[in-house]
Amino acid sequence: MDLIFDAFKVRKSQGKQFVPDVRAANPVGFRGLPVISNTPCGSGCNKCVEDCPTNAIQLSPFSLDLGKCVFCDECARVCPSQKVSFTAGYRMASRTPEGLVMREGSNSLGPVEASEQIKKLFGRSLKLRSVSAGGCNGCELEVNAMANVNFDMGRYGIDIVASPRHSDGLILSGPISANMAVALELCYEGMPDPKFVIAVGACAISGGVFEESVALDRSFLGRFAPELYVAGCPPHPLSIVNGILDLMGHADGRW
Amino acid sequence: MSITNVLLANKSDLETLSYDAFRTRIKSDTVAGNRLVSFFATPSPSAPDQVGELHCVSIKSGRLCHFRSIWSSGVKYQQLTSEVHAIHCFEREVHEQFGLEMPGHPWLKPIRFEGKALKRMNDYPFYKLEGKEVHEVGVGPIHAGVIEPGHFRFMCFGETVEHLEIHLGYQHRGVEAMLPKTSLRKISPLIESIAGDTAVGYALGFCRAMEALCGLTVADEVESIRGIASELERIAMHLVGLGGLATDVAFLPGSSTYGRIRTAIINLSMRLCGSRFGRSWFRPGELRFPFLQSHRDDIRKTLGQVQKDISIINKLFQESKTVQHRLKTTGAVPAKLAEEIGLVGMAARASHLNRDLRTELKSGVYAKFPIDLITEPDGDCWSRGMVRLREIDVSIEWILKVCESLGDVEAGSRVDYSPRPNSRVVSVEEGWRGEVFHYLETGDMGQLTRYKVQDPSIRNWFGLAQAVKSNAIYDFPICNKSFDLSYCGNDL
Repeated sequence: MDLIFDAFKVRKSQGKQFVPDVRAANPVGFRGLPVISNTPCGSGCNKCVEDCPTNAIQLSPFSLDLGKCVFCDECARVCPSQKVSFTAGYRMASRTPEGLVMREGSNSLGPVEASEQIKKLFGRSLKLRSVSAGGCNGCELEVNAMANVNFDMGRYGIDIVASPRHSDGLILSGPISANMAVALELCYEGMPDPKFVIAVGACAISGGVFEESVALDRSFLGRFAPELYVAGCPPHPLSIVNGILDLMGHADGRW
Repeated sequence: MSITNVLLANKSDLETLSYDAFRTRIKSDTVAGNRLVSFFATPSPSAPDQVGELHCVSIKSGRLCHFRSIWSSGVKYQQLTSEVHAIHCFEREVHEQFGLEMPGHPWLKPIRFEGKALKRMNDYPFYKLEGKEVHEVGVGPIHAGVIEPGHFRFMCFGETVEHLEIHLGYQHRGVEAMLPKTSLRKISPLIESIAGDTAVGYALGFCRAMEALCGLTVADEVESIRGIASELERIAMHLVGLGGLATDVAFLPGSSTYGRIRTAIINLSMRLCGSRFGRSWFRPGELRFPFLQSHRDDIRKTLGQVQKDISIINKLFQESKTVQHRLKTTGAVPAKLAEEIGLVGMAARASHLNRDLRTELKSGVYAKFPIDLITEPDGDCWSRGMVRLREIDVSIEWILKVCESLGDVEAGSRVDYSPRPNSRVVSVEEGWRGEVFHYLETGDMGQLTRYKVQDPSIRNWFGLAQAVKSNAIYDFPICNKSFDLSYCGNDL
């Protein structure tokens, strides 16, 4: 009998935890979407390039590739002209890797274009299978978090499922280690058509900090180009959920 | 603050023993109850694919010891695993990395299928049991949940697991080969990605090693903030583990409540440093982000609320018969076995071993603010759950105490690194899972010539294989979750 009351207490302490509108959330303190100012770079200055751990920055003209960026903030702090500053913005997804490149004067990425086909087929129910291929457990924890009581993606009809046979999309995390390449492809082959891939995190998109490793085999991406790329190291659950909602053609984040 | 979890030596000053003495020392140290921390090889300068030196690191009466033996290829290596079981994973690793022959070694299975064995994971012959009613079950590398890949091969008699062979390496990214080639200015994000769930644990071990090498010191306040970051990571990951255990025994209030409390903790880390995982919080010699009154108020407020909420769910979790029934006596590793196979970290403490670097070495902030050692007697899934549950309470209280002692601390400025040449440094750090080990070696110009990292998982995976023996196969998921080991930490 006591246990029943204890269960009620837990329920009461839980309260309402969900983010009411994932489109208009405010993750205070998050080091996310960078803003690139129009201030010209100092002549001959390449301090940001020297310190960037993933060669995400190109100069003249300046660009920052969020598909490579690990959001370490080094560029922002070494830059004498405050060219880059990071904000709490979390809308960091694109249909193409090129779409993640930010240029001078930009303060947002373009909106993720909805896929008419995905909207029609999976707009109301999307089942996803996660495959970690060398992922460090950062992306995996954030993919898991999408389903928790806070981000609760289940309310939009998006679920993680246990079997490739039940899934419509494959969430890929990690730089694709050579030892995992075969299993990844088998998993994708095991999914019924129609199906697609979502690349989550800098490692999956570009190899990230592991780009130079000889123990990778990224040929899978050449054969099965992802429909969606979500930036971050690891991406915030809000980045992934919003990217997927955009892809599915959800007009707003309410349900 | 006195930093006792780092050992720095000139290349030539390191205690050097003949191979026979080296071998005898490892054996006698084990008999004397000294704790083996690591055993590894470094390559020969003239032939990088061959062993140049053998190294051993251990803890003796609260102090780190490090000694080596210079290897000459004419000598015959005599395996130690048969006598010192805890060394088995290290000998396997040396064999895999350098092809050193180890006649009589009971089990030279590759740790991670690296180098020449890359992509040859399917050629491996698993250990088999034969008999009319024996059957084999293969699980993975891809699992039902959102977790990292690994393969488990069970030999079962009915529902009872008679043998489990753990087959890892799918996550191998060539970390050790990359590390010495990466510029020191760019290396930190790579270190934080070795096992991303222990980003702070790895970063701190690296920072202290580099600080020793470069002669840098950080203020006591920075050491205190590092302690806070590390304990926040511990709390967050223990909450992930408890949530996972609750999910695996279908105890849904635990699953959802531990999950949302974890969100509160990692969002606190995010407000302190910008990342939910504490990434980029620390670099050698500096604190990256300021620590102000508003942050301290935030810590007090958030942790105060968590303390209140967690006691309510803990009570329900611990008193629930379904949870007790599934976790108690399941997957037990008795203390003697745990000691023999060299379990570390929270899994060792759940098997009643006093293995916690924070209390053994009392380095830095843990000397000023001692932290309670938590152990449980039974070594079963329940004990591993309870160690985590109790460590959350202890860490919260500890953080609040340390927080009281702190004033405002401004962010540091960029530090240039110039490691001293021809040196070696060992650094150990009690991450949430267990001890994280770094070994760095520098050459004539102070450049990194060798970087060895070791995750506690490489030692504890074998504990999981032992834990499931004689258990029913349907209890494997909770055994696995209760150990909560890293795949990429093992695979590197």
